[in-house]
Amino acid sequence: MAKVYGAVTIDSNRCKGCDLCVVACPCDVLGLQPKEVNDRGYHYAYTVKPDACIGCAACATVCPDACIEVYRVRE
Amino acid sequence: MKPEDIIKPENKVYARPRLLNDVNTHYCPGCSHGVVHKLIADLLEEMGLQDKSIGIAPVGCAVFAYNYIDIDWIEAAHGRAPALATAAARLNPENLVFTYQGDGDLSAIGTAETIHAANRGENITIIFINNGIYGMTGGQMAPTTLLGMKTATTPYGRNSELNGYPLAITDLLARLDGTCYVTRQAVHTPAAVRKTRAAIKKAFTNSMEKRGTSIVEIVSTCNSGWKLSPAQANQWMEEHMFAKYPLGDLKNVEHKA
Repeated sequence: MAKVYGAVTIDSNRCKGCDLCVVACPCDVLGLQPKEVNDRGYHYAYTVKPDACIGCAACATVCPDACIEVYRVRE
Repeated sequence: MKPEDIIKPENKVYARPRLLNDVNTHYCPGCSHGVVHKLIADLLEEMGLQDKSIGIAPVGCAVFAYNYIDIDWIEAAHGRAPALATAAARLNPENLVFTYQGDGDLSAIGTAETIHAANRGENITIIFINNGIYGMTGGQMAPTTLLGMKTATTPYGRNSELNGYPLAITDLLARLDGTCYVTRQAVHTPAAVRKTRAAIKKAFTNSMEKRGTSIVEIVSTCNSGWKLSPAQANQWMEEHMFAKYPLGDLKNVEHKA
C-alpha cells in the first residue's frame, strides 16, 4: 500500500494562535508554542510531531488567516 | 522522509489563495470571516472571475473586506448592500456581483433591501454571515440572537417577551419567487468548509447564468462576542445554533420560473 508523507509550513507571523488547526488535525501534528510569541504577541502554531503528518490539509482548510500551506508526497 | 524533501513546489496541495492580499486581517483569532474570505478568494481565482467580479462590502466586522480580497469592491451604507448590488448588477450584466453581509447588516437594518432585492430576483449572490451577535460594536443583541443567549444588551439572556424571537431570515427568503438557491452552511470543520465552498461556487454560477438571487447563509462563531475560545465557540455553535439554524439547502431551483 502506498505510504503518504505530508508536511506543513506555517507563516508564524501571520498566525493568531486561535488553536483551530490543532483541534482539526487528525494526527496531532500541530500545537501552540507554550512560551514563544510572534511579533504580534500570539502563541503561534508549530509542528510538534512533523513525522506524523499525512498532508490531509484539514489544518489549512480551517485556518482563518490562511497561514498554513500543505505539501504531500505519495510513494 | 524529511520535511525538507516533502516541502517542494511540485508537492504543494494547499496554497494560500493568490487573490488574498498580503496583509494581516483585523479579525479576532479564530473568526469565521477569515475562512469565508479564503473560500471566496480561492473560488474567484478558480472560476477566473477576478476581473469580472464586484463585491459589495457591508458595515460590520467585514467592512474592510475590500482590503483583503484583490477584486473590485463598493462599500455600502449600513444594510444597503443588496440595493447597491442591484444597481451594480443591472449596470454591469456581464459581471459577477455579490454582497458579503453580517446578521446585523442583513437581517436588522437591511431587512427591507434584502427582502425586496431577493423578491425582484436580482442576479446577485448574497453571502450572509450569521453569528447571532453584533460583533463589531461590542456584542449587542442581533435579530438572530438565540433565546436565552447573553449579550451586552441582554445580560440576563434574550427574553421573548422583551426582545422577541430569533429571526431565521433565510427561511423567509427561501419562500420568495425571486430566489433560486438558498442554503445554510457552516465553516467549523474541514468537511463543512468544503460543503460551503461548493455552495458558494453554485451561487456564483447561478449569478453568472442569471438564474435569480442566490443566498448562502453561513452560521458562524463570534468567539469574542460569545466570550468563548475559538474551539469552544465552534462546539457551542454545534450544540445551540444548529437547533435553530439547521444546515442544508432550503431551496434549489435549476431554472428560473
